[in-house]
Amino acid sequence: MTAPILDDLKKKKILALLKDGQRIDGRALDEPRALTIDTGVIPKAEGSARVRLGDTEVVCGVKIQPDKPFPDLGDRGIFICTAEILPLADPSAEPGPPGEEVIELARVVDRGIRESGMIDLKQLVLEKDKSVVGIFVDNSVTDYDGNLFDACSYASVASILSCKIPKWEYKDGTITKIEGVLSDPPITTVPVSVTMGKIGDKLLVDPNADEWKCMDARMTITTNADGNICAVQKGGSDGFTPEQLIKCAQLSISTGAKIRDMLKQAGRS
Amino acid sequence: MGVKKTDIVLLDDKGIRCDGRKIDEPRRIMIKAGVLKNANGSAYIEFGENKILAGVFGPRDVHPKHLANTDRGILRCRYHMQPFSVGERKNPAPSRREIEISKVIKEALEPAVMLEGFPRTVVDVFIEILQADGGSRCAALDAAAVALADAGIPMRDMVSACAAGKVADTIVLDINNEEDQEGQADMPVAYMPNLDKVTLIQLDGVLTPQEYEKCANTAIEGCKLVYEVQKKALQEKFFGDSQE
Repeated sequence: MTAPILDDLKKKKILALLKDGQRIDGRALDEPRALTIDTGVIPKAEGSARVRLGDTEVVCGVKIQPDKPFPDLGDRGIFICTAEILPLADPSAEPGPPGEEVIELARVVDRGIRESGMIDLKQLVLEKDKSVVGIFVDNSVTDYDGNLFDACSYASVASILSCKIPKWEYKDGTITKIEGVLSDPPITTVPVSVTMGKIGDKLLVDPNADEWKCMDARMTITTNADGNICAVQKGGSDGFTPEQLIKCAQLSISTGAKIRDMLKQAGRS
Repeated sequence: MGVKKTDIVLLDDKGIRCDGRKIDEPRRIMIKAGVLKNANGSAYIEFGENKILAGVFGPRDVHPKHLANTDRGILRCRYHMQPFSVGERKNPAPSRREIEISKVIKEALEPAVMLEGFPRTVVDVFIEILQADGGSRCAALDAAAVALADAGIPMRDMVSACAAGKVADTIVLDINNEEDQEGQADMPVAYMPNLDKVTLIQLDGVLTPQEYEKCANTAIEGCKLVYEVQKKALQEKFFGDSQE
């Protein structure tokens, strides 16, 4: 990490600018950074995407393969979403088992997509209680500039939208793949995660790494295509007033609508 | 967890829930402060079927030393479930779920604890779930906050937690295990009642913006009910149960 003295100066600058409603990189408070989404970047994966959100970059791959269902959910396919910060992404990132921040990241990204019901898992059953299709979404952060929650979520959603599901047949305990048959995933909605940082009494959409370091608390809210809220996660060492909770939800809905169009577009190409 | 689904009626036509409660009624809450001899502060809570112990140590020296902060103390928190606390035996190693819950509980307590008064030290909060029911992270937080106060650690406010959720298309207070499994949404909330600040909020499940607002407000009202029980537990510990 950079020397603490630099961080202190930068923090003072960020706070001073915020007093006039300005951000260190010139954005409006409710303005996310530039987002680029490329799908199909890993042809060996059934779906993939490279997402850049400002200077944060994530590569996501979807692998799809038959699996045993969870014991109590025999009528549903499996969806698992993970996230990892690669050691080359940031000087403070180290190889080894994930820390609590990375575990939270993966679980929040997974929850947003899962709770939105984006994938109709009931359509992914080969044989009830015996064999189902598993969708495994793995995010790798390759470059760090803050707000990994949204970057990983966009990469996951774009990868899922662009994936193709192979066909398998289950007969007498054996699973055979039918070559050359691919179908679109059973999509019901497009969830969009929007993360807001709270510095003082200001709410900043999509904080970059510098803002991330000096924010008091954060809120990640995922909305679905109907403009409803499907997942929330508060983090950081401060609280939100009840009014700020409502404001965060409004910001997530309005910001999310534009990003949803971009995700849909990327999923089609 | 691994429980077979039954055809329970989550909300009957009289507005009564599967465990006999009204929509705005919390489960039975009992908190006792100062239940452990060795911990600097402790609390035991029964919240519905939840049975949870919280113990606080510190402020004390930080080990490993490099974690210490020179201008303020640090807070560490471990939420841990006993293998026998749930239907099917839980592997005693901390799961990803427990690690995430430990983190959100820590961040829910941090705004209240005046750590700036204790540089280079750590306050450790250990939470053991002896029996789990729905809403264990809220109950755990309620016990942890009382344990911190019992330890005499300076706090800006109490932290009170309670969940609300959506069950049978209705916003209800304090959802239990069945409602969590079969219901439509679960929103745990922690709240500082005097500072009017929400220090934890999570949501699983779909809510309209109107329902989101109502759900958050319902949970906050629940937190205020819990706050009264927390205050009573501390009064009983420090002044005896003369009010009874």
